[in-house]
Amino acid sequence: MILGTEVQRDAVLAALDSVRDPELDEPITDLGFVQEVTIDGANVFVRLRLPTSFCAPNFSYLMASDAMDAVRALPGVGNVSVVLDGNVDSERINAGVAASLGFAGTFPEETASGLEDLRFIFQSKAHLASIERVCVGLMRDDGLTVDALGALTLADLPHNKATDALFLRRADLKLSLEMDSPVLVDEHGTPWESMSLATQLRFAKATRISIDGNAHFCRGMLRTRYPDSENEQSPREQDFLTVRPLENAS
Amino acid sequence: MYSKDGEDYFIVDAHVAMWDGSDENQKNIHGAQFIECFYDYHRNLSPAEYVWEFKKYQKYSEEDFRTDLFQDGYVDHAIFQPAALTAFYKEGFGRDLAMDMAKRTPKQLTYNHNFDPRYGEAGLRKLEQAAAENNLTGVKIYTAEWHGDSRGFKMSDPMTYKYLEKCQELGIKNIHVHKGPTIRPLDRDSFDVADIDHCATDFLDLNFIVEHVGLPRLEDFCWIATQESNVYGGLAVAIPFIHTRPRYFAQIIGELLYWIGDEKILFSSDYALWHPKWLIEKFVDFQFPEDMQGEYGQITVDQKKKILGLNAAALYPHIEVPEHLKLREMVGAAGSAS
Repeated sequence: MILGTEVQRDAVLAALDSVRDPELDEPITDLGFVQEVTIDGANVFVRLRLPTSFCAPNFSYLMASDAMDAVRALPGVGNVSVVLDGNVDSERINAGVAASLGFAGTFPEETASGLEDLRFIFQSKAHLASIERVCVGLMRDDGLTVDALGALTLADLPHNKATDALFLRRADLKLSLEMDSPVLVDEHGTPWESMSLATQLRFAKATRISIDGNAHFCRGMLRTRYPDSENEQSPREQDFLTVRPLENAS
Repeated sequence: MYSKDGEDYFIVDAHVAMWDGSDENQKNIHGAQFIECFYDYHRNLSPAEYVWEFKKYQKYSEEDFRTDLFQDGYVDHAIFQPAALTAFYKEGFGRDLAMDMAKRTPKQLTYNHNFDPRYGEAGLRKLEQAAAENNLTGVKIYTAEWHGDSRGFKMSDPMTYKYLEKCQELGIKNIHVHKGPTIRPLDRDSFDVADIDHCATDFLDLNFIVEHVGLPRLEDFCWIATQESNVYGGLAVAIPFIHTRPRYFAQIIGELLYWIGDEKILFSSDYALWHPKWLIEKFVDFQFPEDMQGEYGQITVDQKKKILGLNAAALYPHIEVPEHLKLREMVGAAGSAS
């Protein structure tokens, strides 16, 4: 790559945009978790902050190491350091991320496995929640019934943010992005059972509410802990969605 | 008791504490971090006029407690759910004063003890002792407690089962389990609710009250609670959203009513995290926003009465509900709860 070129701040921020809090399913930039980006020639320093000092080390590690990977992947970047501030385990996490030890290497006495299982669980939840958002939109705006949702393919979806989000979550899970693929599938790509669409959609709704609620909670806690973070938080997208009844969902 | 619009509500606050997070009691930096984190919860979700000074919040007095709950806060009966946190605090986070308070005013206060299965046989003896001294009817379990190198345990661990068997033997019926916002530790998700599914199935004569309704695992909690007849949800941490995020609170309570029903939900303030007065006032005033009523319908006065006190009183039969505060359908169904 071209050494000696100043790394562009916008490029770093865009890279950090791709890093999501797995539990809240939002970019760490929108959440206000990026406290500082300092660029010195080709070298990049990123400081992250989280809503409480007890934020779980597994999620914290994931975000810090994802941030490291995302910035390192930029062309022309030299040294990258990512530091997490104010966590009970900051020191260990920072040392582990710097040395690319992995989570299991950083917390060997507490962990039997890496973080990919955990990541998969939350990617699955995020996918389920994105299905609910798309379906609620179709029921609200296009008057679709629950039963009609079963036949939906990706080609039937409108061009909007909810659809974009669903595609992103499908890509995370490596699910098919072919336009004739069914929309209502589980995290392995298996179509939902047609007999219980309403119940499954209802479960998807509870999942979405859970993620949304956690996001409200964490965003609020961050603002309490770091009063200046308010200006850096983008409004949560889902706040603009009106809740709409799912008929006969029993 | 709280009265509004000609209706009287019997109030049981199912999750309160007398804690000591003072500088003097802190064992290490984590003790400071923990109480600061608690204070942020308090500041973040309370109406401004209910926010305390940090010093008071670290260690409040019995008088503060009694005034806030029983004089100003409409509470008829409150249940202590102490957390030990002995890795962070010299004398533990929960104060022994709570035991004493419950002994002095048993009509107003129930003391639940806690246990940690990692203390093994010695812990079982202590539980027996505590049960004898306090006439225990419930326990509070905090599965993320630090203990030596261990950063937590599961409700489905074999040693936990030994403790649950002991609870059966001692007549401790109500097992409150903290499943709340994700905090340290563990490689897995430490507040994953799946372990409740196992112990609830294996101990059908015990009641499992999942504190904080499993948030942020609401859907997993609802799913499990739907399968198990002996799983309940405590509203601590969820109910303060009624002030800052009322539309979000509406969705939580709407989902809970849909999945687990109005007899399995328990009001709790988590005092001193939040003051019961405003929570109760706002909950009694609460109605689903119009655009959600197609989905959730309307919450009724009787449902609110159950959630605010009658459900907890049914789990703790020594809490006497005056006849006139029972639901009309309950009056006459004598003995059902005792």
